[in-house]
Amino acid sequence: MERKFERLQEIIESHQGEVSHLIAILQEVQEEYRYLPEEVLTYIATAMKVSPATVYGVATFYTQFSLIPKGKYVIRVCDGTACHVRGSEPIHFALRENLGLVGGESTTPDMQFTVETVSCLGACGLAPVVVINSDEVHGQTTPESILRAVNKIVSREQQGENKNSSETGCCQNA
Amino acid sequence: MLNSRAELDVLKKKALTEISSMQKRILVCAGTGCVANGSLKVFDLFKQLLAQRPELAVSIELEKEHSQQEISAHTSGCHGFCQMGPLVRIEPRGTLYCKVKPEDVSEIFEEHIINGRVVSRLLYQDDHTHSPIETQDEIPFYKNQLRIALANCGRIDPDDIEDYIAHDGYQSLAKALFEMTPDEVVKEVLDSGLRGRGGGGFPTGRKWLFAREAAGEKKYIICNGDEGDPGAFMDRSVMEGDPHRVIEGMMLAGYAVGADEGYIYVRAEYPLAVKRLRTAVETAGKHGMLGEKILGSGFSFKVNIKEGAGAFVCGEETALIASIEGERGMPRPRPPFPAVSGLWGCPTIINNVETLANLPAIILNGSGWFTNIGTLTSTGTKTFALAGQIAHTGLVEVPMGLTLRKIVFDIGGGLRDNKIFKAVQIGGPSGGCLTKEHLDLPLDYDSLQKVGAMVGSGGMVVMGEDTCMVEVAKFFMGFVQNESCGKCVPCREGSRRMLELLTRIASGSGTEEDLLLLEELALIVKDGSLCGLGKTAPNPVLTTLRYFRSEYEAHVRDKKCPAGVCKDLLDYRIDPSLCRGCGLCKKVCPADAISGVKKEPHRIDPEKCIKCGTCISKCKFGSIVTN
Amino acid sequence: MSSNGKLTIDGREIDIRGEKNLLEIIRRAGINLPTFCYHSELSVYGACRLCLVETDKLGLVAACSTPPQEGIVIRTNTLRTRRLRKMVIELLLANHERECTTCSRSGRCKLQLLAHQLGVKEVRFGKRDKKLPIDLTSPSIVRDPNKCILCGDCVRMCKEVQGLGIWDFAHRGSKTVVTTAFDKELSDVACVNCGQCVSVCPTGALTVKSEIDKVWNAIHNPDKTVVAQIAPAVRVALGEEFGLGAGEDVTGKIVAGLKLTGVDRVFDTLFTADMTTIEESNEFLVRLEKNEKLPIFTSCCPSWVKYCEQFHAELLPNVSSCRSPQQMFGSVVKKYYAKKLNKRPEDVFVVSIMPCVAKKFEAQRPEFTTGGVPDVDAVLTTVETAQMFNEAFIDFTALVNKAFDNPLGVGSGAALIFGASGGVMESVVRYVAGLTGGDEVGRIDFLPVRGMEGIKTASVEVKGRVLKLAVVNGLANTEKLISMIKSGEASFDAIEVMSCPGGCVGGGGQPDVNDTVARIRRAGEIYEMDRVQQLHKPQDNYFVGKAFEEWFGGVNNHETHHALHTTYVPRRRINGKPFIMNDSRSQPLRVSVCLGTGCYLRGAYDVIKEFNDLAENQGIAGQIELNGTFCLEKCDNGVSVNVNDEIITGVTPENAGEIFRNNISILVDKN
Repeated sequence: MERKFERLQEIIESHQGEVSHLIAILQEVQEEYRYLPEEVLTYIATAMKVSPATVYGVATFYTQFSLIPKGKYVIRVCDGTACHVRGSEPIHFALRENLGLVGGESTTPDMQFTVETVSCLGACGLAPVVVINSDEVHGQTTPESILRAVNKIVSREQQGENKNSSETGCCQNA
Repeated sequence: MLNSRAELDVLKKKALTEISSMQKRILVCAGTGCVANGSLKVFDLFKQLLAQRPELAVSIELEKEHSQQEISAHTSGCHGFCQMGPLVRIEPRGTLYCKVKPEDVSEIFEEHIINGRVVSRLLYQDDHTHSPIETQDEIPFYKNQLRIALANCGRIDPDDIEDYIAHDGYQSLAKALFEMTPDEVVKEVLDSGLRGRGGGGFPTGRKWLFAREAAGEKKYIICNGDEGDPGAFMDRSVMEGDPHRVIEGMMLAGYAVGADEGYIYVRAEYPLAVKRLRTAVETAGKHGMLGEKILGSGFSFKVNIKEGAGAFVCGEETALIASIEGERGMPRPRPPFPAVSGLWGCPTIINNVETLANLPAIILNGSGWFTNIGTLTSTGTKTFALAGQIAHTGLVEVPMGLTLRKIVFDIGGGLRDNKIFKAVQIGGPSGGCLTKEHLDLPLDYDSLQKVGAMVGSGGMVVMGEDTCMVEVAKFFMGFVQNESCGKCVPCREGSRRMLELLTRIASGSGTEEDLLLLEELALIVKDGSLCGLGKTAPNPVLTTLRYFRSEYEAHVRDKKCPAGVCKDLLDYRIDPSLCRGCGLCKKVCPADAISGVKKEPHRIDPEKCIKCGTCISKCKFGSIVTN
Repeated sequence: MSSNGKLTIDGREIDIRGEKNLLEIIRRAGINLPTFCYHSELSVYGACRLCLVETDKLGLVAACSTPPQEGIVIRTNTLRTRRLRKMVIELLLANHERECTTCSRSGRCKLQLLAHQLGVKEVRFGKRDKKLPIDLTSPSIVRDPNKCILCGDCVRMCKEVQGLGIWDFAHRGSKTVVTTAFDKELSDVACVNCGQCVSVCPTGALTVKSEIDKVWNAIHNPDKTVVAQIAPAVRVALGEEFGLGAGEDVTGKIVAGLKLTGVDRVFDTLFTADMTTIEESNEFLVRLEKNEKLPIFTSCCPSWVKYCEQFHAELLPNVSSCRSPQQMFGSVVKKYYAKKLNKRPEDVFVVSIMPCVAKKFEAQRPEFTTGGVPDVDAVLTTVETAQMFNEAFIDFTALVNKAFDNPLGVGSGAALIFGASGGVMESVVRYVAGLTGGDEVGRIDFLPVRGMEGIKTASVEVKGRVLKLAVVNGLANTEKLISMIKSGEASFDAIEVMSCPGGCVGGGGQPDVNDTVARIRRAGEIYEMDRVQQLHKPQDNYFVGKAFEEWFGGVNNHETHHALHTTYVPRRRINGKPFIMNDSRSQPLRVSVCLGTGCYLRGAYDVIKEFNDLAENQGIAGQIELNGTFCLEKCDNGVSVNVNDEIITGVTPENAGEIFRNNISILVDKN
């Protein structure tokens, strides 16, 4: 945790506390913390000599910023015109249903998955498009294909866990 | 480090020689779309195969060695033919292979690269004759295009500055710096009739004049890469596929207007574009094309890259400026206009990516060349992003004034799955729709404005008979509500209430009064909003009301959706005479709304049915219908 | 942009007289175009769209942001503009909490007025969809976000004029709200209670916290003796609530009205204002002699005091230790006057009538008590007092003037001018001149310190020494002045600070239309009244002189220090969760390093890093819970560190190692 705080200070200093760099600073800080905690934002306000209300205002204006923790895998379903016309809604619905998200929830309780819509990723030729963690792009998706991708991630995560526990078992035996 | 124009020419010659000395050049499309379809795997395989054959004296890294190359493989920017990806282009012939899978790579390599024999089955096949077409330029999708802004996309490696220089890169800048005065550059652009390609259509030269004449030592050039129109991806393609062109355009603008610093504002949702631009800025700097005394002239220019953070409204000029200044992206009243008082109060020119991408060609070839293309008042070309129910989705660039029919049917291949043409939404959420009666309308700024639509960014979403225009209007209004900054009353509150009304109409509880109120509100929001987002937000509503009023009335009077889309007005029914009782629909129904015993006709409970359509897609006997 | 020439408005030719936008010309021409978000003293926002007009050259434009152009033809009232204005109001009403009858702003609300004026007869849209909680945590201001129309006036006022930025917009689109940082309650953020935001709010979203019922209860309670004091700026403004002009002196009517409601004694704050001048001047002279703690800052503005405690704790020693006139009054009433009435402090109810809402906060400060009860029991603003008269159905304009009661009812002209910016300074100058020059000194009108300008400077010679004086109003201006002093650009011996623009005449509790015109009129009347006041300087006030002798045996001595002076404490600017630096499992030793601005600037970050490194090197990281926390309010010197609830100050990056070894590792070893 302290390392993150150190990183926070580094980020602020690398931008020389320039107020016009506030958005870039928030972006880099969110990379580090995976969201923007309240105390971090207040610290940024103090360091940059702007009022905390202003920092809060900027952080809540842009969709990229989240003040609540997001899941390890952020699944973004594109809801641009082309994707919408080619059926992005059923995909969104299927994801939420499958992951058990109800009401206004968008993150699973185990903090593994966040499902959100995003306006137009600019890959309209491949509509409907779904992106996982900004680098895994899925084109021409269907509810089935995206659920398959999700299940792949789930089993990969489970395998990782099993690997860890089996290692400990190994050492204990030794 | 290039210290003079002569050195630039020398480098160009060298790069050209290297290219021409190559027996073959393999270009694998690495635009976002093709990457999603696995084009990078294809590229890796080509690299591997080349590495296994050292006798072909290849260099597969992007840094070239200055020895004779025989065959090289590169990644390129978006070709625009997205549905056919991954695309592989072989130069110098210009052969284009479509839908290339990793399994196909070795065949292409052995047959075409080594033995010079074209692989027919991977070529594009004509829509009607189904005969294969070998070269890219002969494919109808490309034949009818005139690529100026997209000239290099798909033809060069965007991370390689020498590739750009070989293809006339930075020649226009050299010409401007050493053969023209800033006033002459402004005049050339003014005479060319170039109009802002971001949507406004304001004459670029005139904007530059304002900034040139504005008082102040410090001026800025901003490249507006915040292309947020859903359905538009032309700016993304240019930024990903030809980033140096954007930089050159900015520098031309800077020289003309008297600015020495620029910002490129890119959406955060375009991480690849950001990466390519950063690389381009860095390499341009290393080669001395950015920085102090460029090419030994008195002109200096610096480029900063700013990433957006997810706000469509930041594509609006004053909101963009606010965002660069580190504030909430809320537009500011105009006057004063940015050209006079913009970023930090200094005169600022904000140009769209496509606008900038046109500048090098205009300066190099002259305004006369540009005015010969397009129409009298809309000169040059325009990129259009074809999406929706069209057969060939992708990116095209055509002369202004081409008819809608030509673009949709000749280039776009008509509608897929034999659907019937109903309308085209042009210009995204700020645009309007064009219908069958507009098929022979020339696409240019003024003709479209006359019919209540606008060219906008150039996004074209084609809609077939099974698209509900009320739902389309509702969708766009929902988009506006999400993206509205919330500052001014008409947009924030007006679009909220319009969405409310549209939702009521689409769900069957709308009335005649609602239609009248919707129209009244739309006109007021158009009049009263502070910025372009609000002012154009009612366009989809107003145009759909104008051309598809009967559909609205059906929703309101008859409580029916003629296109069969609005869920609340549909009833999903299982036809008992056709149902075999296989139970598949019951299994896949996410709402548990279907009941029935095996081998007996099943039944859908209308209370539970969420109308997602999964059952219809699964039923092999076509026994589920909607009315 | 033209600053002269002519243009046409609704068919009439009007000349341009250097206005900065079309709106001001149009209003001058007699068309009172409505606006919510336009304020001549704030930056142009352009969001409400009510001021749109049709022009020939520019189409439909917002008058507030369009500069005048010679020859332009404007039409203010066309089909398009009327339709637009009506719809804007209708849309705002649709999203507004519409229970007008019970809203404290009813009858004075701009939204209500415009709806009526524009003839909006129906709201054809859905109702407001959510009910947000009302914030009642501040002693001075009540926030009801359900009535906010997002005009942004409060945001710009707090940011631009007060330099604080407590309010800002959050979220986007229809979800936009005007709120504090992280939606915190007002009492948790750096609000200084000046109430300027309330002054500019056009609806009932921001209102003053009412204490009227408290006062009625006291009046109706036969066991309470109710004593009132009236501030100077109130008497030139209260008439505005009853249709009289700004700057009309209604002192006599207010006294009469209060007596009619049942207040037992009506006294004048001017009495203790004179006492304030006397004490503060003597304090100043002592500091001049010792050449210490200069410049001296005035302390009668509670908003400024809170601001200083929060943002400039290092300047607290410079702030005069004198209480404000309001608090001196409460103190002497509860400690001395009560005895005269043979009453205990808790049987006397002191209510002060103020132009200010920060005074409500000041009255509740825990150090201002006598015998366990507050010195000032309730504060009513000018507007609240008018409301009280309304509740009793008193016909204010028909009241016959009455005089203040004695002995606390007489004040000099020097006390009267406290109500305007520069008044305290001028008062001090008069007193000191009188002290040093004796009776030869005639009347003193110290003009350089008067007026609405933000920063005013002057110099005066006292016993051969030239003293440099500064007068500042508005907190953004105050910050500017402090920077100038710190950078060495300027230096002063005495500084008067008022938070509100123009001084107390522009206070947050004054009647609506609290703009420069009103302030100038009110201040102007104050100086007029001062001109004909025979008691000119504080020492002319015989009653005050007697009081000093009788109660304290002199001025500026041990007795006065007990009753008339006070101390200050550094305050944090925001409350919030601490930063957890490391996770530790079992009973950890809690070490918190202050991350308030003062400590941050002195190297708090480096201290944390040092502690962390030392903890890891010594292998005790797992037993320490290292936090970064918000202001520990010990801003004196160095960085503050809290170790298991004991606060250590004076920590620096240099001595961090030593402090860690002596104060932290030791405790861990013990465990």
